[in-house]
Amino acid sequence: MKYIDEFRRREEAQGLLRKIREISKKEVSIMEICGTHTHSISKYGIREGLPPNIKLISGPGCPVCVTSAADVNRIIDFSRSRRDVIIATFGDMMKVPGSVSSLQEEKANGADIRVVYSPLGAIDIAKKNPEREVVLFAVGFETTVPTVAATILAAKKEGFRNLSVLSLHKLTPPAMKALMDSGEIHIDGFICPGHVTAVIGARAYSFLATDYGAPCVVAGFEPIDAIMGIYMLVRQLEEGRKDIEIEYNRVVTWEGNQLAQEVINNVFEPSDSLWRGIGNIPGSGLWIREELSEFDAMKRFSIPPGADAEPKGCRCGEVLKGLITPDACTLFAKACNPEFPIGPCMVSSEGTCAAFYKYRKVA
Amino acid sequence: MKENKTILLAHGSGGSYSRRLVEEVFAKAFSNPLLAPLNDQAVFTLPAKKLAFTTDSYVVNPIFFPGGDIGKLSVCGTINDLAVGGAEPVYLSASFIIEEGLSMEELLRIVLSMAKTAKEAGVSIVTGDTKVVERGKGDKVFINTAGIGVLNIDQELTPANIRPGDVVIVSGTMGDHGIAILTHREGIQMESPVESDCAALHTLTNAMLAAAPSGIKAMRDPTRGGLATVLNEFAASAGCSISIREDDIPVREAVKGACEILGFDPLYLANEGKLIAVVEAGSVEAVLKAMRSHPLGKDAAVIGVAEEGHKGKVLLETSIGNRRILDMLSGEQLPRIC
Amino acid sequence: MCLGIPGKIIEINGEMARVDVAGAVKEANISLMHSVKAGEFVIIHAGFAIERVDEVKAQETLSLIKEITG
Repeated sequence: MKYIDEFRRREEAQGLLRKIREISKKEVSIMEICGTHTHSISKYGIREGLPPNIKLISGPGCPVCVTSAADVNRIIDFSRSRRDVIIATFGDMMKVPGSVSSLQEEKANGADIRVVYSPLGAIDIAKKNPEREVVLFAVGFETTVPTVAATILAAKKEGFRNLSVLSLHKLTPPAMKALMDSGEIHIDGFICPGHVTAVIGARAYSFLATDYGAPCVVAGFEPIDAIMGIYMLVRQLEEGRKDIEIEYNRVVTWEGNQLAQEVINNVFEPSDSLWRGIGNIPGSGLWIREELSEFDAMKRFSIPPGADAEPKGCRCGEVLKGLITPDACTLFAKACNPEFPIGPCMVSSEGTCAAFYKYRKVA
Repeated sequence: MKENKTILLAHGSGGSYSRRLVEEVFAKAFSNPLLAPLNDQAVFTLPAKKLAFTTDSYVVNPIFFPGGDIGKLSVCGTINDLAVGGAEPVYLSASFIIEEGLSMEELLRIVLSMAKTAKEAGVSIVTGDTKVVERGKGDKVFINTAGIGVLNIDQELTPANIRPGDVVIVSGTMGDHGIAILTHREGIQMESPVESDCAALHTLTNAMLAAAPSGIKAMRDPTRGGLATVLNEFAASAGCSISIREDDIPVREAVKGACEILGFDPLYLANEGKLIAVVEAGSVEAVLKAMRSHPLGKDAAVIGVAEEGHKGKVLLETSIGNRRILDMLSGEQLPRIC
Repeated sequence: MCLGIPGKIIEINGEMARVDVAGAVKEANISLMHSVKAGEFVIIHAGFAIERVDEVKAQETLSLIKEITG
């Protein structure tokens, strides 16, 4: 597979890991923001190839994990109270446990919940069911946001009156700023998410270097991309540089995809948003603009937030902030595992705990 | 009497509609002397050997997919469960639970497909049943098949016999059926369909057993849960670990591509015409030769080995050289965007 | 957060394009991209092309890595 196989080659991967071990002298803490990076790093056993002085922290980059308990309960409650509505959702949201239930359980109990691979799938459903309301539960960061925005614009253009979107979208740079501002963890540098940055542009991270002295490298998701990204960041840290570098330059540019940014701005505007484990981060969420309010499920159905109860004993919040690794949580791999997840970090395929569990290293 | 275009509740109620359906559709298609009397049971004698008996139900949606249909699946699946135990499949039963409103044309297609598959495989469908449920209470059609086979070998094929040093072989590419189904379902359309690998494996297993009568320890077909799940079951039964290399597992390019798009792992996807065999090291060459000479085994490959230690675990050497644990499938794989 | 896959555009029909990912052909919406052409590679995420893949830069990265690893 072109542009995939070349970035999975064993020789280069092992060579880069060797190089990292060669040049890395300082004790450093690197945060990889993106759940897909957590996944890749675990899947290919990359952590095991790094020297002990490099601490790799998994940050809050899993859209399902950082959705607040209130929002998770909100969507589950909605599916219970409005069985007449067809709910379209991305696969990951299905198994997230709320206080009482999950979308998967509600589906088994009769709610019409359908997994879509693309937000366009919701338009398809709306087309085929003109007498019924369709609501898309939209989670995801800036990679997914423009696709949902484009879907709303397409729905408007084609005159659909039975489709709306519940926006639970979150934005990456405000979260990174909040982490640095919280001062709770010491982060020396960031591995930034390749596809989010393809949309927003690497310039979105300049403030981290200038205001916080944290170098960043935007990396792709194939194992060689991830390892090369870590290498470039470690090199910066060893050399004392504080730059924004792009490893994934075959896809990512400084300005990003400006057309996609325009589409986002035409449909959404920034709002406050509650992040599980972090709290409210101003300007980190997205609301649908007033002029498109007919497509805003929140307004169309006046959906109240659900209960904001964290599952007992769950330390997902600390995992998300990179304060602990999953194995520090007493529930990890015992009471909390992929088959019986307690918190979202175990349920989502991108959750730090799920990735840790699935790809745990050979003892 | 006028011909019915759809299945009605009457077709399942045991009266004249039922009788006509059995005679004109099922008996006509499956046509064999044991079925012909249309008694409540089929009566036969079998050679005085060990027998194998299995059953499976088939609920696949969609009922027609590239490379097969629920009917073909129901015949092959049950034949395969017998075949991987070293049994020669002989007779099958076929029970249908049909949703009111299924078109006669679709039912006929399925039944003819079963008849064709059975005939090609040399098995007879000798008894069966039909029920019809109200519209909305079924999913077009559910099929259950049970199968009887005759053991031609002396040793028991069971993973408990696996020992460190035994070699793991797959008969061909992984994930074809799973992807064929997933990509055909509503919402995930692919333009170049990957075909299901649905096939009856008994002639392949016969060839393998003939090549190494006592060298094969265990065989299983990786249906739901895929290769990873079978290997975990093997490792658990055997009380040792199984070590495999990702690079050695044959996967079609198109399946890889579809998995990348949807975020699926081919090692967890269903296969309906493939098997996994654990073979004594000394018999590997002979078994591989026999497999590769058979149309259903031409892509057969060694993918790993049973090892001491790490009891019950499956260890995967990833494509970049580091090792990790390969778990059983937990819950459903769902298409993800993140 | 970003499951995106590189695929080759084989045909364009208005806002949609047929994209080949290693033999699996999928329809993707190209309304988030300025002027894409058949033969170009794009990253597909959730049914949309979100950015193109630059062949030259890809080769540069691979050469750089080869250089670093010696």
